[in-house]
Amino acid sequence: MPISDSTREQLDELVARYPRPRSALMPMLHLLQSIEGEVTPDGIGACADAAGVSAAEATAVASFYTMYKRRPGATHHIGVCVNTMCGLLGGDAVYDALAQRLGVGHDQATEDGAFWLERIECQAACTHAPVMTVDWEFMDDVTPSSAVDVVDRLARGEEVASTRGPVIRDWRASERTLAFPEDGLAGEGTPVDAKMLAGLAVAKERGMAAPGVPDPAPTAGPEATA
Amino acid sequence: MTLTPVITEHWDDPELYTLAGYRRYGGYRALATALKTDPDALISLVKDSGLRGRGGAGFPTGLKWSFVPQNDGKEHYLVVNGDESEPGACKDIPILLANPHSLVEGVVITAYAIRAKRAFIYVRGEVPAAIRRIANAVAEARAAGLVGTNILGSGVDVDIVVHAGAGAYICGEETALLDSLEGFRGQPRLKPPFPAVAGLYASPTVINNVETICNIPYIVDRGVAWFRQFGTEKSPGFKVMAVSGHVNRPGIYEAPLGITMRELLDYAGGMRDGRPVKFWLPGGSSVPMLTAEHLDIPLTYEDMAAAGTMLGTGTPMLFDDTVSVVKAVTRWLEFYKHESCGKCTPCREGTYFITGTLERFEHGHGSDAELQTLTDLCGQIAGRSFCALGDAAATPYPAAMKYFRDEFVAATTTPADEQFDPAASYVFAGATAR
Repeated sequence: MPISDSTREQLDELVARYPRPRSALMPMLHLLQSIEGEVTPDGIGACADAAGVSAAEATAVASFYTMYKRRPGATHHIGVCVNTMCGLLGGDAVYDALAQRLGVGHDQATEDGAFWLERIECQAACTHAPVMTVDWEFMDDVTPSSAVDVVDRLARGEEVASTRGPVIRDWRASERTLAFPEDGLAGEGTPVDAKMLAGLAVAKERGMAAPGVPDPAPTAGPEATA
Repeated sequence: MTLTPVITEHWDDPELYTLAGYRRYGGYRALATALKTDPDALISLVKDSGLRGRGGAGFPTGLKWSFVPQNDGKEHYLVVNGDESEPGACKDIPILLANPHSLVEGVVITAYAIRAKRAFIYVRGEVPAAIRRIANAVAEARAAGLVGTNILGSGVDVDIVVHAGAGAYICGEETALLDSLEGFRGQPRLKPPFPAVAGLYASPTVINNVETICNIPYIVDRGVAWFRQFGTEKSPGFKVMAVSGHVNRPGIYEAPLGITMRELLDYAGGMRDGRPVKFWLPGGSSVPMLTAEHLDIPLTYEDMAAAGTMLGTGTPMLFDDTVSVVKAVTRWLEFYKHESCGKCTPCREGTYFITGTLERFEHGHGSDAELQTLTDLCGQIAGRSFCALGDAAATPYPAAMKYFRDEFVAATTTPADEQFDPAASYVFAGATAR
């Protein structure tokens, strides 16, 4: 697909964010992916032009990072963490259930282009294991049946909300957020959940608190021993 | 030892993520104080606090700042490492979600202290939820004159760019992160020169972890003596700990360094069904595992080192006796193999061979000779790789062999899934074996 003037303007906007144009390469690739549904040779060319590097150099970057898809992505990206914590606490069963339901394996898209299934590495949410992601939004504490239910509802076009974020849009919209993160959704959903408040709840229950500022405040502490 | 919520104290206020919410609790008061303080005095303050990096290595933060040459006429940069991807580590992303302004305030203070006009917050790409929260906080702070030019009328300029990664654990390594931020493949650089001298765009650069920077406003606002009430002489302060695994209440717990795993486990409701702790890791898959006999050792940098492990990210993972250690270790190695950047041969080839060998054990096809082969392979990666990822990959197997050799021997004939029913380690009800 030829790169539109509007796209080129957005690429320039990303370049302007950084002291040096090449630093904008990663957000540019996220943006192109959101517009074109994959990282295409044309897209790489446009990014390379804006960054002032060769297409080969931009391709080397695009091929290094796993989030860039160099074949058509699906409407929804489904990730299942199968690292030790999530996988052994049930992520393996979640992945198997989704693979069976969708009829695809790791890093494959369904024929209708609705879902792309991927075994993913640690998602920094081990407290919420097993974790699944939909378009990279958190779906915490899933079970095989709740995970299948999520894709079924998405397939029917129903509204599905992330457990710690907004209502699921689609993969391209999430990719756009990575290039332009001020997407107006920061206040959506409940990004701070009970597990993130677990310690605070125990502290309140047991009347624990951090000590206040000493009074009168001493002027200096002991010397650092590092 | 009691829990001591500081960074997490007001997380139950759903508006904390907004500027107004953060200001309700004294937010940006420290910034006003800092801007009236000499930058060198701020560096000394943080040195005196004894704050150590919360990203895993535990390097003294103030010392790191002091390595940046001052009055050198060069552009300086502050880069915040929010590439949290280490298996087990899940405390920076929650901070970004719940209390992003504490990071923004800490970034502006730190940038001012090291005389940087530009700061970058590099967040792994797989968490748009966290990225939009921190970007929103930066935008709010900019609109309120707390970020940008002439901050609070002080004449100080600090701009912040939120940068999304694109799926690469290696970018948590600070020089790989810099290459990534410069628009290259995320591969580590040879050190020296260290980033403090030649970092981003070959300019003096400080790279600090998210949680480390979030400590700064509290230290500036409340002082060194207050900060040193928490923790030990060598490990002062409090820690946002993420407790995961077979515990009854997994989640975020903030406590002074020096709390024991047993105390923390009690706050987390104990192990599910009263089962025993089989093995646990104090801070990520890159630190050697411990067992139930180590639950009473204080969680400090020095005590963990004395026990033969590391505090790491301070995010303990606990596994009960339903888990196959062979399978757990194999999964971690599959991760390191996947995430090895390929730059250096020991790590690229070593993770490939270790993983393949471990997978044979997992399926009951290991051999006694290969137990030694694995030890040798790990020995040839540790200390011989370009960066710490190689060392990390060489860690799980020897640590597991120290305590669970019998299980690896058993895996020469019996698959891990036959030794341990996988469904028994699932955390949801009605789980059935595959």
